[in-house]
Amino acid sequence: MRVPLSWLREYVDLPAGETGRDVAERLVRAGLEVETVEQLGGDLKGPLVVGEVLSIEELTGFKKPIRHCFVNVGDANGTGEPQEIVCGATNFAVGDKVVVVLPGAVLPGPFPISARQTYGQTSAGMICSARELGMGDDHDGIIVLPPEFEPGTDAIELLQLVDEVLDIAVTPDRGYCLSLRGVAREAAAAYGLPLADPALLDVPPANSFGYLVKVADPAGCDRFVARTVVGVDPTAKSPIWLQRRLQKAGIRPISLTVDITNYVMLEVGQPLHAYDKQRVEGPITVRRAEQGETLTTLDGVKRTLSAEDLLICDNSGPIGLAGVMGGASTEILDPAAGPGTTEVIIEAAHFDAVAIARAAKRHKLPSEASKRFERGVDPEAARAAAQRAVDLLVLIAGGTAEAGVTDIAAPHPVRTITIAADLPDRVAGTAYGRETVTRRLQEIGCSVAGADILEVTPPTWRPDLTDPYDLAEEVIRLEGYDNVPARMPNVPPGKGLTEAQRTHRRIGVALAGAGYVEVNNYPFLGESAFEALGLEPEDRRRRTVKLVNPLNDEEPALRTTLLPGLLGALRRNVGRGNTDLAIYETGTVFLPKDELTVAPRPAVDHRPSNEELAELDAALPDQPRRVAVALAGERLPSGWWGQGAQAFWADAVEAARTVARAAGVELTVRQGQQAPWHPGRCAELLVAGTDRVVGHAGELHPRVVKALGLPARTSAMEVDIDLLTADGAEKVNGPAVSGFPVATQDVALIVDAAVPAADVEAALRSGAGELLEAIRLFDVFTGEQVGEGRKSLAYALRFRAADRTLTAEEATAAREAAVAEAVARTGAVLRGA
Amino acid sequence: MSAPNKSYDPVEVEALKPEVVEQARDEAVAAFAAASTLDELKQAKVAHTGDRSALSLANREIGALPPHAKAAAGKLIGQARGAVNQALAKRQVELEAERDARVLVEEAVDVTLPYDRAPRGARHPLTTLAERIEDTFVAMGYQVAEGPEVEAEWLNFDALNLGPDHPARSMQDTFFVQAPDGSADSGVVLRTQTSPVQARTLLDREPPVYVVCPGRVYRTDELDATHTPVFRQVEGLAVDEGITFADLKGTIEVLVEKLIGGGLELRWRPSYFPFTEPSAEIDLQCFVCRGESVGNPDRPCRTCSSEGWIELGGCGVVNPRVLVACGVDPNRYSGFAFGLGLERILMNRHNVADMRDMVEGDVRFTLPFGMEI
Ligand SMILES: [Zn+2]
Repeated sequence: MRVPLSWLREYVDLPAGETGRDVAERLVRAGLEVETVEQLGGDLKGPLVVGEVLSIEELTGFKKPIRHCFVNVGDANGTGEPQEIVCGATNFAVGDKVVVVLPGAVLPGPFPISARQTYGQTSAGMICSARELGMGDDHDGIIVLPPEFEPGTDAIELLQLVDEVLDIAVTPDRGYCLSLRGVAREAAAAYGLPLADPALLDVPPANSFGYLVKVADPAGCDRFVARTVVGVDPTAKSPIWLQRRLQKAGIRPISLTVDITNYVMLEVGQPLHAYDKQRVEGPITVRRAEQGETLTTLDGVKRTLSAEDLLICDNSGPIGLAGVMGGASTEILDPAAGPGTTEVIIEAAHFDAVAIARAAKRHKLPSEASKRFERGVDPEAARAAAQRAVDLLVLIAGGTAEAGVTDIAAPHPVRTITIAADLPDRVAGTAYGRETVTRRLQEIGCSVAGADILEVTPPTWRPDLTDPYDLAEEVIRLEGYDNVPARMPNVPPGKGLTEAQRTHRRIGVALAGAGYVEVNNYPFLGESAFEALGLEPEDRRRRTVKLVNPLNDEEPALRTTLLPGLLGALRRNVGRGNTDLAIYETGTVFLPKDELTVAPRPAVDHRPSNEELAELDAALPDQPRRVAVALAGERLPSGWWGQGAQAFWADAVEAARTVARAAGVELTVRQGQQAPWHPGRCAELLVAGTDRVVGHAGELHPRVVKALGLPARTSAMEVDIDLLTADGAEKVNGPAVSGFPVATQDVALIVDAAVPAADVEAALRSGAGELLEAIRLFDVFTGEQVGEGRKSLAYALRFRAADRTLTAEEATAAREAAVAEAVARTGAVLRGA
Repeated sequence: MSAPNKSYDPVEVEALKPEVVEQARDEAVAAFAAASTLDELKQAKVAHTGDRSALSLANREIGALPPHAKAAAGKLIGQARGAVNQALAKRQVELEAERDARVLVEEAVDVTLPYDRAPRGARHPLTTLAERIEDTFVAMGYQVAEGPEVEAEWLNFDALNLGPDHPARSMQDTFFVQAPDGSADSGVVLRTQTSPVQARTLLDREPPVYVVCPGRVYRTDELDATHTPVFRQVEGLAVDEGITFADLKGTIEVLVEKLIGGGLELRWRPSYFPFTEPSAEIDLQCFVCRGESVGNPDRPCRTCSSEGWIELGGCGVVNPRVLVACGVDPNRYSGFAFGLGLERILMNRHNVADMRDMVEGDVRFTLPFGMEI
């Protein structure tokens, strides 16, 4: 809602020195969100005057029409001589009154004006357009004023070019502030000044000879006021003050009748509609639409109506979508295109907020009218608003108000709210006292009765006030939030973070400590992501949760794996010259349940049953938390210290182990096959001692690397943290640290290349028995010496006893037992034996 | 060697004459002092303390002396040898120190050489910022609650006093999830706020409830310098007997002081949220210009756009209707709730000019933030 300060002052006698910013500050503290205070004409400086065009010479030979004019500006130029001006616009004629800016003036921009030579002529000033004066930018043509103004008259004052406009974002509960009347009421309360209510008008009582209206749906329309004005001069123009107020409020002037309805809407908040009476056939009826009915609205769009739509109809059928937009067939006619409208029906009605909200949404027609009805309009303002429009039509368009007054009102029960006088005290945590509470409620228009228990009747323009807490809020806000004291609640001792939360933090810290940088990607993706990853058609990851209204139609689904986003971030980084990369992401993926259901919408006046809550959860996808890493380039840089190392599959596997260690879980690794990984370089990751696969790691498939434009040998890992930690961390028992000496023995075994090192190690461990303290693979060798298709694995075994120094014989025996087990399980051959 | 001779006078043995012994001693001490390397010292040691040295030879003569003479001769030789050994040890220490100093000089390196062998990692500042806020509340006794990002509409809207036709519901540009039949009537959305976690908490436990709910939320905004469709919030909820607006103010003041620092004014603006009543927007005095940029074109402030205030978030006293929908008795309990946008706090607290930097995952943005914020 744009509120010109000059207009606001008409209803509240604000102190003369108050600036727009001062007023804004007060309104903000009372709860109106003043987004900006616009300074109109702030840098404007005259002379800017009315001129009369005396002569026009069309200059030729230029690319566009150029006019060389002489303009009478009275004595404003100091000489009284006609002012010589070159002008590029053509929408004026000799004798027209125009707005002239003289040399020495400054137009908004700032744009200083001086006399100059142009198109071979002298131009001592400019004939101005609305845009140049900062009045609005809806057209480029210059302003032609009504003829009654004298040349030389100051146009800054005439056109009210200097003003301040408060732009207020009105919250849904304050529909009444979508009007000058409402904002003025808040300003009056904020300054403690009286309000001159523009809706306080003398209105003749309803009678039986008004325009015939039938309301068939009183629930949808509980008030319908109709007035008629005849003998309207269709050529009458909106006066400058009216146009200027509309422009400042952000509404484009169109024609007098329409401008008046808009003006009154801005003033009192009641949306009005004007019909050409001669185009309305018979009585007006308010009813719901029949399925399949159509209506061509003012914007020229033919709309198919839904049975829920509330309509204004005449004998011909629908002539308006109630509270949203009028119909084309009864529109006020423009005199430029034939005989204009001379008889007008003014509609001031009150419609059901929900019906209007739904219709506006359904037809995607958010209008100034619907915006107000949705948020609640004062039903008691309808008569005054209609009267105001009638008065203006009479005053400006020379019309005659007909005596008939139609006013159909469904009976309204009086809304009374019972509130304990100390409720505001209890909500705020301070003591206002009953007198303050009563006074504040009266200030916003409530009538208040009672003592400790108050009976409060809210004003008709505050449909948002429905329960005691609404009233408490009003008192607290008007008393000022700044005046509420601050204190701390008595919080009982807390339990700290949960194990899962601590684990999630540790995982992040561990990866960052291992040199990974965290990224956060959007979870949106499309089919192409799965194609790039090379997922099989039946791959479960292709089953996604889809959005009705995605930001990007190419990415309508939610991720089922972190990899597409993460690899995208990797590529983006590479593209920006960050070549050595190790990045990670943690976050949820979205996995549709096997059985898809719709979430219920239980009532809100009590707690839903546990069954209903279970149904809510059943309709949601599974949303496990994952962690993923991606690496490319050098993992360890080369430098003056020597050779570094390229990131490769083993780094990705190690990242999984880093995660598992942070979670206190031991991982088993085995050879895997899973897109998008390289079929020979993919590790399947399991929780040790279980069959539970928690993720994969390794080098990406070369086809994936190519499809995604990634660096060669890009490696990645993805692990499901929820699966990984499902059993909780293993409790560690403090080891008995032996003080006896260690006995180290090396062993090299030759096995088939296909035998996993993990199996060999497991066999050695098992065979070596409890004397084995540690085992470490220190070399892997392939080549002629070990034979085709074979590999040599060299291990260092450390033996130690808890209670004695081992003899060489004991250590050797343990090693031989280890080797024997490896031979038995994996077909290993002892190298050099 | 001669046999013991009881009448033998020590003075008559040449090698045991005091002047001879003293000379041998002095020669040894001089030789050690003259040694300039550990090798030379070693040679001097052999020459002057070895088996063939003058003092060793003299020592051997003592055995042949008559018993009454042995003591005096032994004392004479012993003193000389003591002095020699002392000089040797002293020189040994000196020369070793010289050698060590030389070696250490030779081993010197340029310690300013750059070393980035171990790759550096970092956590995203939004993650660590959320943790910092969580920790502030955990220290007060709150718990951290989390919930699903794909959420039931009932929990995201209805339970929070946002009925199907509530005007505020269209204010939030919601991503709707497709129903099994492809329509929008799934009853499921991407949560537009973390408030459904608050509702879940109330449905789950009996008051007193003190929780903070961090998480990602979604609105259908296009990504630009100041908007992102996926962003992070931390919301807080306290429901207990006798909770008031005053408790909310005190709690937020503590948070601001921990998060940003003390001495800054807070402005509490009445506002509207369906789930709280009264509702407020909290503005923090701009900590860069402290309001001095307002109406002062010569001192524009980028942080607050010369408004003097920075929007911190929304809050209020929990609407009793929310308590009712979540099964909490509003006659016994009351509560407060607040919500903070982390991106905005990060932008202000760390002078981040463009929100896109937070979402694009450029490691150059994240690395400087390290492990903590
Ligand atoms: Zn500032």
